[in-house]
Amino acid sequence: MKRIKILLFLFCLSPLLVHAGGTEVVLDRAPIKVTDMASLQRGVKTFVNYCLTCHSANFMRYNRLRDLGLSKTQIKENLIFTGQKPGDLMTVSMKTKESQKWLGVTPPDLSVIARSRGADWLYTYLRQFYRDDSTATGWNNLLFDKAAMPHVMYELQGEQRLRIEEVDDGQGGKHDVKKLELSKPGTLTKLEYDMYVADLVNFMVYLGEPAAAQREQIGIIVMLFLFGMLGLTYALKHDFWRDVHG
Amino acid sequence: MEDIDKKNGMTGRRRFLITATSVAGGIASVAWATPFILSMMPSERAKAAGAPVEVDISKLEPGMLLLVEWRGKVVWVLSRTPEMLASLTTLDGKVSDPNSEKEQQPEYAKNQTRSIRPEILVTTGVCTHLGCSPVYRKEIAPADLGQDWLGGFFCPCHGSKFDLAGRVYKNVPAPTNLFVPPHVYLSENILLIGSESKEDA
Amino acid sequence: MGKRLTSFVAWVDKRFPLTANWKAHLTEYYAPKNFNFWYYFGSLAMLVMVNQLLTGIFLTMNYKPDAGMAFASVEYIMRDVDFGWLIRYMHSTGASMFFVVVYLHMFRGMMYGSYRKPRELLWLIGSMIFFVLMMMAFTGYILPWGQMSYWGAMVIVSMIGAIPVVGEPLMHLILGDFTLSDAALNRFFAYHVVTLPVLLVTLVVVHVIALHEVGSNNPDGIEIKKNRNPETNIPVDGIPFHPYYTVKDIFGVVVFLIVFCGIMFFAPEMGGYFLEYNNFIPANTLQTPDHIAPVWYFTPYYSMLRAATVNFLWIDAKLWGIILMGGSVAIICLLPWLDRSPVKSIRYKGPYSKIALTLFVISVFVLGWLGTKTPTPLYTTLAQIFTVIYFSFFLLMPWYSKKDKCKKEPKRVS
Repeated sequence: MKRIKILLFLFCLSPLLVHAGGTEVVLDRAPIKVTDMASLQRGVKTFVNYCLTCHSANFMRYNRLRDLGLSKTQIKENLIFTGQKPGDLMTVSMKTKESQKWLGVTPPDLSVIARSRGADWLYTYLRQFYRDDSTATGWNNLLFDKAAMPHVMYELQGEQRLRIEEVDDGQGGKHDVKKLELSKPGTLTKLEYDMYVADLVNFMVYLGEPAAAQREQIGIIVMLFLFGMLGLTYALKHDFWRDVHG
Repeated sequence: MEDIDKKNGMTGRRRFLITATSVAGGIASVAWATPFILSMMPSERAKAAGAPVEVDISKLEPGMLLLVEWRGKVVWVLSRTPEMLASLTTLDGKVSDPNSEKEQQPEYAKNQTRSIRPEILVTTGVCTHLGCSPVYRKEIAPADLGQDWLGGFFCPCHGSKFDLAGRVYKNVPAPTNLFVPPHVYLSENILLIGSESKEDA
Repeated sequence: MGKRLTSFVAWVDKRFPLTANWKAHLTEYYAPKNFNFWYYFGSLAMLVMVNQLLTGIFLTMNYKPDAGMAFASVEYIMRDVDFGWLIRYMHSTGASMFFVVVYLHMFRGMMYGSYRKPRELLWLIGSMIFFVLMMMAFTGYILPWGQMSYWGAMVIVSMIGAIPVVGEPLMHLILGDFTLSDAALNRFFAYHVVTLPVLLVTLVVVHVIALHEVGSNNPDGIEIKKNRNPETNIPVDGIPFHPYYTVKDIFGVVVFLIVFCGIMFFAPEMGGYFLEYNNFIPANTLQTPDHIAPVWYFTPYYSMLRAATVNFLWIDAKLWGIILMGGSVAIICLLPWLDRSPVKSIRYKGPYSKIALTLFVISVFVLGWLGTKTPTPLYTTLAQIFTVIYFSFFLLMPWYSKKDKCKKEPKRVS
């Protein structure tokens, strides 16, 4: 009976193995490290230069970037190009009407995109643009087919092209495998561009939850205190219950 | 066991454990309550809205009053004529705190003119009685304010009077001089209200 | 100091039954001495309720119940309000933990027959608390106004529209509009913050009063009040709630807080189960996300809703789904009258009951898991099979509980 109870208990834990919202698409692992200040500082520079032209980050204030070890002056001089004050929110330069006209959709706000799409998705997405003459912008994306977004960083990565290969599937049939190959090199090597995007995605993860580092720090202190209280309250309980058990 | 064997009773060990747990619990309660209380402080949005304000005073003419909003409050920038400035000393006897002894202004405004530059008065336009915004009355000896009125501010709510340096008259409901906010001149024509540091622009 | 306190208490006692209640409900309220692990969850449920109330109040200070401002106000709390992120996570983790604790609390009742006479009313009050809790969760989840908030609510609200004859006008009455919109958001906010909490707290107080009237059950399912010490009239297997269970529950609270804080500080999203990924996208009334799933604690019922694919009698599949889903929750109320066993606790019931309860638990977990998946033909068949198992646990109980070969209950607790 005890064995059955243990098996049942283990079975009940099985839901923990399931990950919500799993995708069938293969994503590359984004090397995220929210405590790497240098990476975050490089990432915010990329973000402000490449992303804020079309996208907004309407829930983030410029002066919060002091979290990254930047001073107010550094923020003002290097990251604010629109005459805004450090206390202002990171709104977008482009107006909604224009974006509808030029791109067909309003570029989504990026404040919490890392929480809805996930870091791996963003990391993969930003590296899988390829030239496609059939689209309006001349660009397409392997992860997000017919994305309205052009490849903003093409000068850095270079241009990729799509190649479709027929591959034996090991069961007598064939299926198509999509591959991207570099047709025109950019100013960065593949490794450099990957790291460049990694920094940007690292920043976007921070952007999604600026309090994350503080959350974990406080968490450690709280857990230590609670484990201390565990011993103390157990001793207290045990002492009283000696009355009951004898 | 039939009954609870209370022979253990309140031992030293039990008393220690209860005390220790209570103390730890007390610390935990304070620690737990702290973020809740702190969350009630002005948020980043409130602080950003309360950020210092830049004012261009290049077009300010003598005798002209400029009204600016800072932290949701009225702030006046008044350009005073030489006659206005001269009148201030004659009123020393009529105001409650002629030398601005009370802490209603920063150190650099604790002078005769209650300002950095003698001609420009920077003060909140909030009556120190109950918060109404007084009216600018620059005319000399109007009918309703009497022969002795040399220009200043009159509060319509309860009749408090302030001179052209924002000093409160004697025998009016308001207790103190108008509050002078921290401010600094970024250049000849740009005034920053709400901070003493040029960094905060 | 002690004398001052005593005379103050005496002053109060002449005007308010302070000491009388202290004795009746704490120091001279006798609970069975054999409470095990399963008996922590009642007090833990109260702890989580207090947490939700307090964190909820502070969230209300900054949240805006307006379709155009709600999502932004939640991010405002997360970023611009000092420690707003902590209060938000306490509330979201607490919401899920409320269900973990309440489900375990209910399961204890099912195992030990805590719903049996004279505790039927206690069980019914508890069932009502469960219904109110589900409404709290539903009205609360809509408030961030993310994609899941909107579309999850849309699905549930459409079910009301499916009720024959009165469905459509009733839906408009509940929504205050022809579709889910700002009108509904604002009134659901009122329900979530005022109506339902008042109802919940009242029901919990009534629940404890009902409990104290009959006294607790225990893992052996025997009535301790039947065996009293002839001199003191105290149940021989009873111990005063205070200090023994207050001190034990404090330990239980610390263990619970370790789990709670572990989740809250290190994994508040819980892999997308406590805070769903799609809910970080602002609600788009014109575009449904690819994958809609309700929050984890509703997934078993959601499975049953989707399992109904056949029109039967004169009722269509859609309505059957709603009946099954509602029925699966409502049937819990009937337990006191379905259980015909001569003994209360699973410890002394026969193999039929043990197998039935095991199958019930498995069906809840499988149905829950299926609720997170896209419905394929295989999954739908599985959901149908386990829905039958789930309902059979209840509907066949009058037969198998009577037929079972039970063991003899002991006279004293073990």
